[in-house]
Amino acid sequence: MAEVLATQEMTVPYGLVAEFETPAATMHAAEIIRDSGFTRWDVFTPYPVHGMDDAMGMKSSKVGWYSFIGGVTGYTTGMIMIWWMNAYDYPIVIGGKPMFSPMSAFPPSYELTILFGSFGALLGMLFMNRLPRLHHPLLKHGRFKQATHDKFFVVVEASDPKYSVTETRRLLESAGSKSIEVVEE
Amino acid sequence: MAAPVDTLKLENPPAELVREPLVQNFRSPGWISDAIAGVSEGKTPLWWKLSFGISVTMMTVCFSLITYLVSTGVGVWGLGHPVMWGWAIVNFVWWIGIGHAGTLISAILFLLRQRWRTAVNRAAEAMTIFAVMCAGIYPLIHVGRVWFGWWLFPLPNSQGIWPQFRSPLMWDVFAVSTYFTVSLLFWYMGLIPDLAVMRDRAKSKIRKIGYGLFALGWTGSNRHWSNYEKAYLILAGLSTPLVLSVHSIVSLDFSVSQLPGWHTTIFPPYFVAGAVFSGFGLVLTLLIPIRKVYHLEDIITLRHIDLMCKVILATGSIVGYAYGMEVFIAWYGGNPYERFAFMNRAFGPYWWGYWIMISCNVLVPQFFWFKGFRRNVFIVWFLSILVNIGMWFERFEIVVTSLNREFLPSNWGYYAPTWVDLLTFMGTYGLFFTFFLLFLRFLPIIAIAEVKAITPQADPHHPMGGAKTGGHH
Repeated sequence: MAEVLATQEMTVPYGLVAEFETPAATMHAAEIIRDSGFTRWDVFTPYPVHGMDDAMGMKSSKVGWYSFIGGVTGYTTGMIMIWWMNAYDYPIVIGGKPMFSPMSAFPPSYELTILFGSFGALLGMLFMNRLPRLHHPLLKHGRFKQATHDKFFVVVEASDPKYSVTETRRLLESAGSKSIEVVEE
Repeated sequence: MAAPVDTLKLENPPAELVREPLVQNFRSPGWISDAIAGVSEGKTPLWWKLSFGISVTMMTVCFSLITYLVSTGVGVWGLGHPVMWGWAIVNFVWWIGIGHAGTLISAILFLLRQRWRTAVNRAAEAMTIFAVMCAGIYPLIHVGRVWFGWWLFPLPNSQGIWPQFRSPLMWDVFAVSTYFTVSLLFWYMGLIPDLAVMRDRAKSKIRKIGYGLFALGWTGSNRHWSNYEKAYLILAGLSTPLVLSVHSIVSLDFSVSQLPGWHTTIFPPYFVAGAVFSGFGLVLTLLIPIRKVYHLEDIITLRHIDLMCKVILATGSIVGYAYGMEVFIAWYGGNPYERFAFMNRAFGPYWWGYWIMISCNVLVPQFFWFKGFRRNVFIVWFLSILVNIGMWFERFEIVVTSLNREFLPSNWGYYAPTWVDLLTFMGTYGLFFTFFLLFLRFLPIIAIAEVKAITPQADPHHPMGGAKTGGHH
C-alpha cells in the first residue's frame, strides 16, 4: 500500500485529454478554450483542419524567416564562391571575357538559393516544433493513437495557470467531449 | 464518426456544377488510413517478390556493366567520333525529365490549389527521386575516367585550378544535385505525418521503432501543423522555380553550344514541357496498375486519370508546337547549316527516330481530346507507354542527329549503340523499380493526411464534418 501511494505521489499530471468526433466539434471546443484564456493547450488532429489556427487564436507561422535567411545565405554563398574561385584565387581569362560575371554566376547561385531556402524551411519547421523528440507524454496514452487515425483531441496542460482538474474537465465536457482523461507526465 | 450519409441534407448545386468527388463512396478518414497503410502492412504478395527479384537482377546487370565500362574504357559503348554524346546523355536527359512530373504535381499543382494532386503526389514524388538517381549515374560514368568525377564539384584540382563556372555543365551539376536534394526533402517532409500514422498502427517492435524514428515524434498537434503547412507552402514555392530551372539548365548544355540543331533559344521551355509530358506518361504507367492491384480506385479515381491525360494533352501539344516552331525557324532563319540539321533530322539516316518521335509525342496525345479515351484505363496505359517511347526518341534525335552530321562533311559519321549501352539502360530500369518496389512495400504510397484533408468529413464547415446544417459557425 505504501508503495502504491509512493508511486502515485511521484506521478505528475501532464494535462487533460478530451476526445472529439468531428472537426466541427473540435473547432467549437477550441474556441471555448481560447475564449477562457488558456495559454498552454493544444489541439491534435489527423490532418490540418482549416480555420483551426483562428479558433485557437494563433498567429501566422514564422517558418518563412528561416527559409528567407537560408535563401539569402545560399545566393550570397554562390556569388562569393564563384567570384573567389574564378576571379580571385586562380583567375583564368576565358574568351576575353571579364573575370567575374554575375550572369554566368547566376544559375548556380539561384540553385543554392533554393537549396539553402529549402533546408531553412524544413529545419525551421522542425526547430519551431521542437522536433525531433523521442518521447511525448501523450504518446503513452492508448486512445491518443487515434489522433493520427480519425479522432480529434483537445489537450489542456497542467502547467497552464488556469488549469484545474475539476473546472477544466467541466469546461471540456460542456464543449461536447464524451471522453476526458488525465494523462501523466 | 460523421453523421450517417443517408440522413444528411446537403444543398445541391446546379447539375452542371456538380463535380465528381475526389474520394469516392464518401470514404471516411479512418477508411483512408486503413486502405493506404494496409498496403504495406499485409503479407508480401507473390507478384511483389517476383518483380523485386527481376528488378534486382536487372540492377545487378546495370552495375556489372558499369564495372565493365570503368575497367575497360568508354570504347565498350558505341561512342566515337563524331558522336561523343550518345546514349549516356540521351538517357540522362530522359530520366531527369521523367522526374519533372513528380515536382509539377507536388509543387505547382499545390500552388494552383489543385486538390486532386493529393491522391498521386506521393508516388509521383517517389518516382522523381528514383528517376533522378537513374539520371545521375550517367554524367558520372560518361566522363570516361570516373575517378576524376570529383572535377565536377567546386574543388581545386592538383594544380589549384577551380572549375570554370561559365560552363553550363557546372550549372547542371548544381541544378541536378539541388533538384535531387530538394525533392528528397519535400518528399520526406510530406511523409512525416504519414510515418506517424504507420508508427501508431504498428504492431511489431521493429516497425514501431523504424517508423517512430523517422516520424520524429510527430503528434498531429495543431501548433505543429501550422508551422508544417507554412513550410510545405514554402517548399512548394521553392520547388516550382527549381523544377522549371532544372530542365532549362539541362537544355542550356545544348543550346549554349554553337551546333546547328542545338543552338536555339526555344530549348528551355521546350525541354521543360517535354519533361512534364514524359513524366506524366510514367506516372500513369505506374499508377494505373497500382490502383488496381491495391484496390485504391476510390482514392485514385477515373477523374484523376482523366485530369492527368489532360495535362499530357496540354504539354504534348506544347511539345508539338515547339517541333513546328523549330522547323519554321530553321527555314525562316536562313542559316543553311540550321536548315540542313533539320532536313537531316527528318530525312537523314535517323529519319525513323524522328517520325517515331512525331507520332508518339504529337499524334498520340491528341487521342486525349476524347473523354472515352481518357477514361479507358487500358487505352490510357498503352498510350502512356508510347509517350515515354516518344520522349526517349526526342532526346535521341536531339543528341545524335546534331552531332552525326555537323559543319564539315569529312566529319560525318553514323552512331549506333552497343549491347553494353542497351543493357546498361535496361539496367537503370532495374535500379528504378528496385527502389520503387521497396517504396510500395514499406511506405505509405498515398499521402494519407492530405487525402483525409480533402474529404467532406474533414471540413468543419461541412455537415459531414459535424457542422450543424444551416447554422453559422
